[in-house]
Amino acid sequence: MLAALLVMVGIAVVIGLVLGWSAIRLKVEGNPLAEKIDAILPQTQCGQCGFPGCRPYAEAIAKGEADINQCPPGGEEGMKKLADLLGVDPKPLDESHGTPKPKSVAFIDEQTCIGCTLCIQACPVDAISGAAKQMHTIIAAECTGCELCVPPCPVDCISMVPIAEDLPHWKWKHPVIMMKRVA
Amino acid sequence: MSRTLFTFKGGVHPPEHKTESNTQPIHSAPLPRHLVIPLSQHIGNPAKPVVNVGDLVRKGQMIAAADGYISAAVHASSSGTVTAIDMQAVPHISGLHDLCITLETDGRDEWIERTPLDYLAMAPTELRMQLRDMGLAGLGGAVFPSAVKLDPGAAHLCPTLIINGGECEPWITCDDLLMRHHAADILQGVAVMRHLLGSTEILVGIEDNKPEAIAAMQAAAARMDFAVEIVPVPAHYPGGGAKQMIQVLTGKEVPSGKLSTDIGIQVFNVGTAHALARAVHHGEPLISRLVTVTGHVQRPQNFEVLIGTPMRTLITLAGERDGTTGVLMGGPMMGVPMPSLDVPVVKATNCVLVKSAELFPPLPRAMPCIRCTRCADACPAELQPQELFRFAKAGDFGRAQEYHLFDCIECGCCSYVCPSHIPLVDYYRYAKSEIWAREKEKRASDLARERHEFRQFRIEREKKEKAEKLAAKAQAKRTELSAAPAENAATSEADAKKALIAAAMARAQARKAEAAPKNTDNVSPETQREIEEIEARRAKIRELARKPLEPKEKN
Repeated sequence: MLAALLVMVGIAVVIGLVLGWSAIRLKVEGNPLAEKIDAILPQTQCGQCGFPGCRPYAEAIAKGEADINQCPPGGEEGMKKLADLLGVDPKPLDESHGTPKPKSVAFIDEQTCIGCTLCIQACPVDAISGAAKQMHTIIAAECTGCELCVPPCPVDCISMVPIAEDLPHWKWKHPVIMMKRVA
Repeated sequence: MSRTLFTFKGGVHPPEHKTESNTQPIHSAPLPRHLVIPLSQHIGNPAKPVVNVGDLVRKGQMIAAADGYISAAVHASSSGTVTAIDMQAVPHISGLHDLCITLETDGRDEWIERTPLDYLAMAPTELRMQLRDMGLAGLGGAVFPSAVKLDPGAAHLCPTLIINGGECEPWITCDDLLMRHHAADILQGVAVMRHLLGSTEILVGIEDNKPEAIAAMQAAAARMDFAVEIVPVPAHYPGGGAKQMIQVLTGKEVPSGKLSTDIGIQVFNVGTAHALARAVHHGEPLISRLVTVTGHVQRPQNFEVLIGTPMRTLITLAGERDGTTGVLMGGPMMGVPMPSLDVPVVKATNCVLVKSAELFPPLPRAMPCIRCTRCADACPAELQPQELFRFAKAGDFGRAQEYHLFDCIECGCCSYVCPSHIPLVDYYRYAKSEIWAREKEKRASDLARERHEFRQFRIEREKKEKAEKLAAKAQAKRTELSAAPAENAATSEADAKKALIAAAMARAQARKAEAAPKNTDNVSPETQREIEEIEARRAKIRELARKPLEPKEKN
């Protein structure tokens, strides 16, 4: 009886030691789940979710502190992908965080710009070039359309311009076929 | 000599409708008043304009230069004045506009000086750059810049060169007529290709429904100083597809996701070979091509057309008829509907097919897929079209890609045999363009993430650097003070701080005294009075500024 007990305790101690050692030794840097969530998020860094960027939001979702329906730029599709990844039910987007908008880029009216650099400081992806008392301009290819530069501008010279459809961006539409005779 | 031919799986036998247009001689389309020349006629970067509005240009003059390696130049198709460089309707299904150069022709059709290229004496790279600057692109339909295809690269060798005279698509006869009338020119072009690619085996595949073309090419081949084998292949749609032609002639299959050059084979269309011969031996850039105008017109035939000629001109020439229901660029299997007839002929325009309700009755309503797999039997790429359709329709693009969506050549065989009349190819095109758009978005978001992370890092770094700088400065001050007078050495830290403050105050005092305006000392009473007046005025303004603005009177 005692021998059996000792054997069991011994096994438990050995396994515990191995587990403890491997937990320290094989520790994964960062949060792999947060990485996966971050890969789905659109990286606009707009903060509409209530977190200062996509990465903090991803970490909050991973910890269960935030819901999956707080990202308007990701839209319905992004939310569904998150639901798929986390194995939870999809839910409608939370409108208190904003509604999806067509993809746009910021545009600075260079006649009005006074070169105050406030928008440059606000831009999360450094997509505005310019310096103090020099005219600023948006690097359109790098603008994520987050709109964070719009409120700080003291002269309201920044507007959001929706991306127009042109030939390089044109997509084939989903074919519309009539499956049933409409009565 | 007979060659063992192979077959490819699938394919269909649609009615050929070739005799409508191939019994007529080639006519040159007249010079139109205006030529609208798009800058993006090839695959790759659009050409960059090198002329300005108002410039006089001559026929064959470069008006837009190639931009990058995968690109091709664009030339004036006739002499005249550049009247606009702007967005114009182009032959694209979307009806969207693209950058074009508009020429008002002067009717003189005056050429630039044309100098033939001594291609045997030129370095291959130099020759390829010349061909790119002459605007050469594949005329079989894909318009891939020929200069790129003529580069065998370091690792690739192209022992086999295939010239594609298949022209399997119904109604189209421009390659047929070209081979009948310009067989020698085509083979001159082949000689240049052979020189650049180092090919040892040259095969010209021609479908056996073009006996005149085969005879003409055989006669021309007999006069060449290198071996060219003219191989009649059975007429079987899509036997003129590059991969199918390779399979029929050599029995080799291009692996999924690879290029034909990976298995040592390069394929060119006969039209491209002809254009290459014109460029090398006559110094003529690619400014015209043969276009079949057929279908619901009075006189179906082939025209030699200047690039930029409106399609409407061609249809008028061939005799417009009542009851036209639309126009396709290309054939009935792969052609795309044109949004308007004002779009210009481009390098890719092999056929202008006018539709009517009798020739092309509208498709019956699409019915649900019954999974009969007739499409799978017809698919020459050996795909599972019914599965691809299911995934594309459901938006499950990942699965569609797993089922090799990108091996689809969009030949239209599946739609042709579908008993439910489902426009299957439209679904594949939709799925492909969605996948490309997603990939583009993914790249953009990766870039945004990288830039955001770098910005965070930069802000942190700047903060740290600032803190370090301040700490170093404070440290320097402290050592300076403690090193100065010996009697201070023993005092407590509080005293040290006090001394530091006192020193700073003394410094500030000194600086203030130094900065005090000196030009107000020893002034005359008059000047003094003026100064006082100005000071008073300033004080008044300050007072005014402090008060809130009175509301404006309403008018």
